[in-house]
Amino acid sequence: MKKVTLTIDGLQLRADEGSTVLQAALANGLYIPNLCNHPDLVPAGLCRVCVVKVDDWKISISCKLPVKEGMVISTEDPEVQRIRKSTVELLVANHPMTCLTCSRDANCELQRVASYVGITQESLKRYRRSVRQLPIDSSNPFFDIDHSKCVLCGICVRTCDELQNINAIDYVRRGVHTTVGTLGNKPITQSCCESCGECVARCPVAALAPKESPISMREVKSVCTYCGVGCGILLGVRGEKVVGVRGDRDNPVNRGSLCVKGRYGFKFINHPDRLTTPLVRKDGVLVPASWDEALERVAANFSEHKGEQFAALASARITNEDNYLIQKFTRAVMQTNNIDHCARL
Amino acid sequence: MTFAEIQAQANLEWEALNNGGRPQITVGTATCGRSAGAMAVVKAFEEELQAKGIDAALVEVGCIGPCYAEPLVNIKKPGWATVSYRNVTAEMAREIVAAFLLGDDPLAKYALGVFGEGEIAGIPNILSTPAFKPQERRVFRNCGTIDPTNINHYIANDGYIGLNKALGMRQEEVVDVMKRSGLRGRGGGGFPAGRKWEAGLKAKGTQKYVVCNADEGDPGAFMDRAVIEGDPHSVLEGMIIAGYTIGADTGYIYVRAEYPLAIRRLERAIQQAHEFGFLGQNILGTNFSFEIRIFPGAGAFVCGESTALTLSIEGKRGMPRVAPRPRTTEVGLYDKPTLLNNVKTFSSAPMIITRGAEWFASVGTEKSTGTAIFALTGKVQNCGLIEVPMGITLRDIIYDIGGGIADGGQFKAVQTGGPSGGCLPESLLDTPIDYDSLDAAGSIMGSGGMVVMDEKTCMVDVARYFLDFTEIESCGQCVPCRLGTKQLLDILKDICSGRGKPEDMDLLYELSHSVHGGSVCGLGQTAANPVLTTLRYFRDEYEAHINDRCCPAKVCKSLISYVIDKEKCVGCTLCAKSCPVQAISGEKKKIHSIDQALCVQCGVCLEKCPKKFSAIACVSPKVKQEES
Ligand SMILES: Cc1cc2nc3c(=O)[nH]c(=O)nc-3n(C[C@H](O)[C@H](O)[C@H](O)COP(=O)(O)O)c2cc1C
Ligand code: SF4
Ligand code: SF4
Ligand code: SF4
Ligand code: SF4
Ligand code: SF4
Ligand code: FES
Repeated sequence: MKKVTLTIDGLQLRADEGSTVLQAALANGLYIPNLCNHPDLVPAGLCRVCVVKVDDWKISISCKLPVKEGMVISTEDPEVQRIRKSTVELLVANHPMTCLTCSRDANCELQRVASYVGITQESLKRYRRSVRQLPIDSSNPFFDIDHSKCVLCGICVRTCDELQNINAIDYVRRGVHTTVGTLGNKPITQSCCESCGECVARCPVAALAPKESPISMREVKSVCTYCGVGCGILLGVRGEKVVGVRGDRDNPVNRGSLCVKGRYGFKFINHPDRLTTPLVRKDGVLVPASWDEALERVAANFSEHKGEQFAALASARITNEDNYLIQKFTRAVMQTNNIDHCARL
Repeated sequence: MTFAEIQAQANLEWEALNNGGRPQITVGTATCGRSAGAMAVVKAFEEELQAKGIDAALVEVGCIGPCYAEPLVNIKKPGWATVSYRNVTAEMAREIVAAFLLGDDPLAKYALGVFGEGEIAGIPNILSTPAFKPQERRVFRNCGTIDPTNINHYIANDGYIGLNKALGMRQEEVVDVMKRSGLRGRGGGGFPAGRKWEAGLKAKGTQKYVVCNADEGDPGAFMDRAVIEGDPHSVLEGMIIAGYTIGADTGYIYVRAEYPLAIRRLERAIQQAHEFGFLGQNILGTNFSFEIRIFPGAGAFVCGESTALTLSIEGKRGMPRVAPRPRTTEVGLYDKPTLLNNVKTFSSAPMIITRGAEWFASVGTEKSTGTAIFALTGKVQNCGLIEVPMGITLRDIIYDIGGGIADGGQFKAVQTGGPSGGCLPESLLDTPIDYDSLDAAGSIMGSGGMVVMDEKTCMVDVARYFLDFTEIESCGQCVPCRLGTKQLLDILKDICSGRGKPEDMDLLYELSHSVHGGSVCGLGQTAANPVLTTLRYFRDEYEAHINDRCCPAKVCKSLISYVIDKEKCVGCTLCAKSCPVQAISGEKKKIHSIDQALCVQCGVCLEKCPKKFSAIACVSPKVKQEES
C-alpha cells in the first residue's frame, strides 16, 4: 500500500494512504484521546475529543481526517486542549460518579480520556451537574442499558447497522434528551434485537453492560461449540469456572464477532445437568459408562440395522468435516441414503 | 404556444385588470394578513360589491410587508392614485366601498398612503415616507401586487423571461452571470451563489438534484414564507434555471409543514407551470426536462442545515453530516450532486438573468450585492418585512423604516440572525448591513430575523431565551453542542434566578468558545453567539445579576420585588383585589402591603394601581420582607 509521511507533535511517521490521522497515530503507538472511534466501524466524528490542529491553523477531528503527505498535526495546541478539556468536562459533568462500583472501572474509555485530559475536581466544581435520570432497560436477559452512563458515541448504533445489519437500535429524541433506543423507544426485547451482544462488546463505557461480568483470572483460547462456523472465542476463567466469553479478534473466521449463543450461552459448561461422560441404559436405567463401552454398544446395534431401517440426522453444531463423515458413514457403512441435516428445516 | 404568445396572452389579462376602466381592490391574504382578519375583509368586499352592484376587480395578493398595518387593502380607482388602507376591518371595508367607490371620498383617516401616479390631498405618498423610502423591492418585486395563484400575473411582470433567456444560453454562461452578480446565499451563510452553481455544474454524475431550502426555522422569521405565498413562481423559475444550469432533472422544495398556505401556493404554481410548459418534459420546446416535488418538513430547526435537510428528504433522521466530508454539490441528496439554495436565493436568479449581473450588483456593497430582507420585530413602531439595499445601517433600519423605538422607549440592543446571531449595542448602530460587517461585530446576517430591544429587556434573559431554543433544537449527536448548550443554559438560568457565581462569566466564555470550536454543524458552532455578544457588550448586566443579585431591566423574577410606597398608597384596594395569590393585605383607605413570601412577581398590581397614585414599584434587587 502507498505510504505517506506526516508529522504528529514533532514525530515523523509513515501511514497508509487512505487511513485517518487517528488510525495513523494509534498504529504508531501514539494515543490521541477518542471515544466514538472503533476500528471495526466507519468513523462518525461525534464525541469531538479527538480534536487536533492541522498545519498550524485548522481545528479538525482526527478520526475522520485522511492523512496527507507533509501534514503537520498538533495534539497539544492550546486551542485543541481547550476544546478537548471542555468537551470531556461536559461529559463528566453529565456522568454519574460511580466508577468504583461500575463494571467498567479500570477498563473504561471515558475514564481513560478524562485522566489523559486531566480533569480536576476544582475545574469540575464550576459546572452544573446533570445526570440523565432514566430507568435502566433490563429487559434483555443478557445485558442492561443504563442511559445515565451513555456518552452517545453511537458505536452501538453503528455496530448493529454496519456489522450486524439488524438496525435494532438508533437515536431517539433529540438534544440533551437524545438516547439510544429501539423503534418506538420500547424495551429492547420488544425490538428486532437478536441479543448478539456485539454492541455491548464495543460500548466504551458501562452503558451497555452484560448482566454478569466478573473479571476473569485467565483466558483460554477455544472454538465455540454451537455451530459449524467455529468462531474463535476466549473463555474467561476464574478459579475452575468459565465466567465469560469474548470473541477472538485474531481468529480469521469471526474476527471477534459472536452470536447470542456463543457469547452468552456458556452456563451449560458448569451446569450440574451437563453430561460429562457417556450413559448406557442398563435394565432401563441410564448409568455412566466408558467411551469404549458406549461405542461398542452403538456399533453392535448399528450393525443389526443397516439399510432402509437406518437414518441419520446430522447437526449444525458440528463442523463441515464431521458432517461429511456422517453422510459418508451413512452411505458407505450403513448402506442407505437416509441422511439429512437439521439445517434443512 | 410559443413563449411570446404566452406573454402576449398574459399581458392582455394584466392590462385588462389594471387599465380596464374598473376599480381594483387588492387585499393582502398571506398568512400574516389572514391572522389579522384579511379573509373577513375579502368577504365584506365581495358582499358589498355585489349588494351595491359595483363592477370592480377583487384580487387577493401576498404579503406587502408592513405587518403593523395588516390587513392591508389597496384600491386603484381609475383616475386616482392608488390608496393603501391600513388595519382594515369588515366594517371599514363596507365604509370604504360606500365612500370611495360609490362616492369620491378616499377616506383619508383610514389610509396609510398613496402610491402610483397622482396625489390625493391629506394622504401622504407612501414611497416618500421614511418607512418606505430606503426600501428597494427586488425579491419582493411581486409580493403584494400580483395574485400568486395566477401565473399570468407573474408572466406579465417579467415572469419566466429569465428561464426563456437561460435556455438559450450555454450552462457556463448562466454560471458566469450568476457569479458576476455577486449574489450570496440568502439562507444565512452567504456563500457565493455563482460559485455553488459552478460546482454543481462541474460535479460529475448523470443524476443531479436541485433543492430549495424553505425550512425557515429561526424563531420570528417569515421572509421565505412571504416570498412563497406572494410570488411562488419566482422560486420555481429560479429552481428551473438552476436545474438547467447544473444538469439536474428533479428539484425538491423542503418546506415546513407549518406553512400550509405556502404549500398550497406551491402545489398550484407547479401545476400551472406544467400547463404552460415551464415544467415537465421538453421545457419551452428544448430538450431540457425538469420536475419539482414538494417535501413537507416536520419542523426541526436543524433540518434547515443543508446536509440534515437532504437526509431528512431521504427519510432518515435529520442529523448534519460530519466534516471532513464532501460538499453537497458533490455528495448530496441520495448521495448525488445537489445544488441547495435558500428560497430568496432562487427567487433572485430569474431577475439576475433577465436584467443582468450589473443591474443586480448596482445596489448593495462590493462584497454583498443586492438587497437584504429582514423580519423587523420587537420594540419598534413599525414591525414587518422589509427589503433594503445591502450596506444600509442598522440605525437607518430601526429609526427610519422601523419608526424608532415603540412606546417612547430607549434603544438597548438589536439582535440579528436569530439563535445563531448576536445582540449589538447602541455603539454599533452605524454598522452597515452586510455579511462581513455583521460577522465582525459578533453577530451574523442570518436568514433575516431582526429583533429590536429596549431598556426593559434583560440581556442575560435574552441569552437564556436563545439558549433555551438551541438546547431543544440541537440534534444531539455531538457532545459540545448537546451538552454545551445544556450547560450554558443551566448557568444562564442560575444567573437569572440569583444563583450565579462570580466564576460563571469566565466559564460561560470558555464554554462558548469550545462549543463554537468543537461542534459539528452551524447550529452548535453559532449557538453561543447570543452569550458571547451579550457578555461582550452588556457585561455590566451579568455583573449586576451575579454580584448584586440585581436585574437592571427588572425582568428576572427571582431578582425583583414589587413594593408599595407608603407615602403614595391611598388604600384604594384595587391591587389587593387583583392579586392572583392574595399576597396584598390592607384595609380600605389604609396603607396596603405585599407579603413577599407569597408574591409571585406577576406584576398585575403594578398595572392595576391607578396612574395618579403610582404607589407600586418594581425594584431589583429584592427587598427584605419588612421593607415592603
Ligand atoms: C442549524 C441550521 C439551520 C439552518 N436553517 C436554514 C433555513 O431554515 N433556511 C435556509 O435557507 N438555510 C438554513 N441554514 C443554512 C443552510 O445550511 C444552507 O447554508 C443554505 O440553505 C444554503 O442556501 P444559500 O446558499 O442560498 O444560503 C441553516 C443552517 C444551520 C446550521
Ligand atoms: S462507565 Fe466508566 S466512567 Fe462511567 S461509571 Fe463506569 S467506569 Fe466510571
Ligand atoms: S445485541 Fe446485536 S442485535 Fe441487539 S442491538 Fe446489539 S448489535 Fe443489535
Ligand atoms: S450505549 Fe454505549 S456504545 Fe451505545 S452510544 Fe451509549 S456509550 Fe456508545
Ligand atoms: S452541532 Fe448540534 S445540531 Fe449540529 S450536529 Fe452537533 S449536536 Fe447536532
Ligand atoms: S406582583 Fe402579582 S403576586 Fe405580587 S403582589 Fe403584585 S399582584 Fe400579587
Ligand atoms: S473519536 Fe473522533 S470525534 Fe469521537
